[in-house]
Amino acid sequence: MDFSVFLQPAFSGGGTYLDWVLSGIKWTLWVSILAWIIAFTAGSVLGVMRTTRLPLLYVPATVYVEVFRNIPLLVQMFIWYFVLPEVVPKGIGDWLKTGMPMPEFWNAVLCLGFYTASRVAEQVRSGIQSIPKGQTEAGLAMGLTRPQVYRHVLLPMGYRIVIPPLTSEFLTIFKNSSVALTIGVLELTAQARQISEYTFRTFEAFTVATVVYVLITLTVTVAMRALEKKVRVPGYIGSSAK
Amino acid sequence: MIEIRNVSKWYGSFRVLADCTTKVEKGEVVVVCGPSGSGKSTLIKCVNGLEPFQQGDIVVDGISVAAKDTDLPRLRSRIGMVFQNFELFPHMNVTDNISLAQIKVLGRSKEEAVERVHQLLNRVGLSEHAQKYPGQLSGGQQQRVAIARALAMDPIAMLFDEPTSALDPEMINEVLDVMVELAQEGMTMMVVTHEMGFARKVAHRVIFMDEGRIVEDANKEDFFGSPRSDRAQHFLSKILHH
Amino acid sequence: MFTGFDFDVIQRALPYLGQGMLFSLGLTLLSMLGGILLGTLLALMRLSGFGVLNVPAGGYVNLLRSTPLILVIFWFYFLVPLAMKKITGDAYASGIGPFYSALIAFTMFEAAYYCEIIRAGIQSVPRGQVHAAYALGLTYGQAMLQVVLPQAFRNMVPILLTQGIILFQDTSLVYVVGLTDFMGAASKVAQRDGRLVEMYLFAALVYFLFCFSASTFVRRLQAHYSGAR
Repeated sequence: MDFSVFLQPAFSGGGTYLDWVLSGIKWTLWVSILAWIIAFTAGSVLGVMRTTRLPLLYVPATVYVEVFRNIPLLVQMFIWYFVLPEVVPKGIGDWLKTGMPMPEFWNAVLCLGFYTASRVAEQVRSGIQSIPKGQTEAGLAMGLTRPQVYRHVLLPMGYRIVIPPLTSEFLTIFKNSSVALTIGVLELTAQARQISEYTFRTFEAFTVATVVYVLITLTVTVAMRALEKKVRVPGYIGSSAK
Repeated sequence: MIEIRNVSKWYGSFRVLADCTTKVEKGEVVVVCGPSGSGKSTLIKCVNGLEPFQQGDIVVDGISVAAKDTDLPRLRSRIGMVFQNFELFPHMNVTDNISLAQIKVLGRSKEEAVERVHQLLNRVGLSEHAQKYPGQLSGGQQQRVAIARALAMDPIAMLFDEPTSALDPEMINEVLDVMVELAQEGMTMMVVTHEMGFARKVAHRVIFMDEGRIVEDANKEDFFGSPRSDRAQHFLSKILHH
Repeated sequence: MFTGFDFDVIQRALPYLGQGMLFSLGLTLLSMLGGILLGTLLALMRLSGFGVLNVPAGGYVNLLRSTPLILVIFWFYFLVPLAMKKITGDAYASGIGPFYSALIAFTMFEAAYYCEIIRAGIQSVPRGQVHAAYALGLTYGQAMLQVVLPQAFRNMVPILLTQGIILFQDTSLVYVVGLTDFMGAASKVAQRDGRLVEMYLFAALVYFLFCFSASTFVRRLQAHYSGAR
């Protein structure tokens, strides 16, 4: 077991193998964070749409969620990268294939973002629906309109309730970013695999990758727990008042 | 002030309210009682349109609740409602709970609203708790805040849906005292409750409901003295033994 | 947009795709089984009061839940043969073959997730049940087997099945080690015949139909359970 391999210069130039690891981490973080931004915004909107009674809103949201949830991420990744450029009008398709900068990266971000959005939508929906009906009634009884009730009563509590499952989705995005290697994004897992192929130090390469993922998980978990503490409502346990 | 005309309501094929007709004049206090499942909570929630109804109409201060072009939020802002489970918004402190609708619905400035908050908290005896969160208050205190919240809108009438049913016995009186004061000041009130002591003290009329129908609608002396229906007599004998 | 869309290629490939699907389903079911068994063991270890049991179990679960599945697949795929070489001293030992590597990888990975589901399920059985069992003279083992686990599993069935659906989707990742599951088969046909669009869309459709029906079934099951309560 020889961890010094990371300090050795890479076979194909461009720094040491450690640099490859760092590059992999960089891509993992970029893909995950940008995808999370898409997932959180789109997912929140979709989740709220699913809680309304208007078919115009909840039908498309439900269709979206069911489609994106029931197709494996890998298949979705391939469809974004290989199929989309072929089925859109020729001009756009060509740009996607040759003109767009870093197509693998952007496809990975969009794919992961929209996939995770469907899961975030479900969390947000269940958070809002777990709030007792009486809260909505109290808001309406005061003369608030439904959008006002969402804004002042349902969403503030709903988001607090779903911080734990949303944390889990956020962590999952970091892990799912590894699927991007199948379309050529050189994120951390891909780099670990490459290093093991060049140096035959399989154990060391994969260990480092695993340790990094564990550290990411720990960091995010600690950060989210701090967030949960900060926004906690005094005297409130679970989803019912004392 | 409140006129209920031949109101009927179905949940699917189950008839919840059957041809209910009654009135509450300005300054009157009407108590609605009856066994569980009699529809009394449903009826009172129809008055401010929280529950829709299929037949009949309710007219509040000349405005029809069932009419398609009625501005329901506006109407609701003029009627105060107090719920069995208090339904204070847990993520806001007492002051914010009471000022939310004043600011968002009535358009008062923050200063005006907070001024009113202090007046009302004084009135219900809870001035020291202005910055507390609902989770930090006892049930009786929460319900008094809820009453203050409804009064902050300067309503023309107040609806109470079993306001003391979720309270521990020792806290019932602190809430009833506030309600008695309100009645003595001439507020128009419609109160669903089992507290017959309250009814005897300040009610003008008592309505007895059973299986969705208004079975008795008499003034206080007649109701307690010699109720006409067997059902009402039976019910009274059961609860007055407490 | 769909000019030149070739449905024939799908039809001709059906037998091959069918084999791939059998692979996917087989891997799913076996890993589910293994995962639930190992997961139950881990859950019991985590729930026991003994540090020597619950710390390693907790460590294992947290480690596997922090690691991407692809990386776990790589671990077992590349390192099991190396381990075999070390253990048997035979420099040419080829390990146990890719299918079994994948099976072990999936089982060990899913066990961590099943452990948490089962642990929550066991904890949802009221403490009074355990007390009643002990009061009657049952041992820990008997109380678990006869009283707690049966109730816990009944509560957990919908969630276990849902995790199974997720596992079915995850089996597509064996693509990264070249195994021919359903997605692998579709991909190979796509590349061989140059028909990426048709094959990938078809694959997506098939996965959607399977998973959507399965999750609808689970939803009905859940409704049935909570109705019967």
